[in-house]
Amino acid sequence: MKRSIIDIWVGVFVAVGFAGLLFLALKVGNLASFSTAETYQVQAKFANIGGLKVRAPIKSAGVVVGRVSNVTFDNESYEAIVTFNVDAQYRFPRDTSAKILTSGLLGEQYVGLEAGGDGVMLKQGDRLRLTQSAVVLENLISQFLFNKAAEGKDTKDKDGK
Amino acid sequence: MAERPLASALRQGLEALGGGAIAKIRRLGFAARFFVAIVLNSGTAFRRFRLTIREIYFAGVLSLVIILVSGLFVGMVLGLQGYDTLQRYGSSDALGILVALSLVRELGPVIAGLLFASRAGSAITAEIGLMKATEQLAAMEMMAVNPIARVVAPRFWAGVISMPLLAALFSAMGIFGGYLVGVRLIGVDEGSFWSQMQSSVDVREDILNGVIKSLVFGVAVTWIAVFEGYDAPPTAEGVSGATTRTVVTSSLAILALDFVLTALMFTGGNGK
Repeated sequence: MKRSIIDIWVGVFVAVGFAGLLFLALKVGNLASFSTAETYQVQAKFANIGGLKVRAPIKSAGVVVGRVSNVTFDNESYEAIVTFNVDAQYRFPRDTSAKILTSGLLGEQYVGLEAGGDGVMLKQGDRLRLTQSAVVLENLISQFLFNKAAEGKDTKDKDGK
Repeated sequence: MAERPLASALRQGLEALGGGAIAKIRRLGFAARFFVAIVLNSGTAFRRFRLTIREIYFAGVLSLVIILVSGLFVGMVLGLQGYDTLQRYGSSDALGILVALSLVRELGPVIAGLLFASRAGSAITAEIGLMKATEQLAAMEMMAVNPIARVVAPRFWAGVISMPLLAALFSAMGIFGGYLVGVRLIGVDEGSFWSQMQSSVDVREDILNGVIKSLVFGVAVTWIAVFEGYDAPPTAEGVSGATTRTVVTSSLAILALDFVLTALMFTGGNGK
């Protein structure tokens, strides 16, 4: 086969191969939203983080504004310390509250931020004061059962009177 | 008197075992030295890149059809099977994640590697083995041309370059196949198919690791292929045996390496 034809085919092969890689990176892996932009680090303490994992999204009003970068355990307060990076383009008041939420019934857990009303904005290294732990389904169910049981006793007492 | 035959049988058995082990280890050492020789002699493969381009044509371009078609079908089957399982849990929207992650992390590099081993690896072994059997390699040496630099290294590097590209194409084609079946045929929502895929496939963790896997497989497959060809006994029987060994050994190597790489890449991440 002529050399130039081989060259053309190899050129096509390499171009198509890189196009495939690019497709994987952009369309499948979403490199476009993978920002190396500046972030600032904020910490929050939670009594219980449920199944929150590193790299879980931080959302505010449903928009992803950052990612969890580290989860550690505090030996003094026996609470979980969640460190997360927030995109520098998003700014939040200092009294912003953090909640651990679940997307859907079986979805992954994420941190939801709700902006407060303070005039001073959060900066690198700040700690959020207002936090709400993850809802643990087992606790919820046992609470519900106890309430039901207590209700049943109440009505029985009334009937007896 | 009764112990004599027993002792000699035992001795013969041990001898055979020891000889076999030494031969295996010697072959392994030869293969390792051969690898070093390829790397040291690969200057020609890059200085005269046209040699490598020719081999990329034979190893890569001619494997395109089989890779693209099998990628499409694997993706389509993943779409069908994944939908069937996911819809039981009411989460058929996660079909995109299932198809993309299984292709990018595992199936893309592994199946492309297996296909590459049987399509291109066997051809490389047969070619080099026949060159040796017909004494073309010896003739080159007589003309002061280093056959490792002239024949082996270009084929090796062509395989190493082609493999990641083929694996990426396999994955891309598979995702397209999953899209065709999942979205076009079954009717999973197109928006959630792509957006859920994008939110859970990580460029570094998943795609880059897949590319690294395919690169490692490319090195392993072509190394085995050129070594078996170069080491083949210079007879018709020897070449056919070497070709078979190439396919068997490189398939096993791919699967074993895949386990090791997966254990290194995807389990250490949990604790981080």
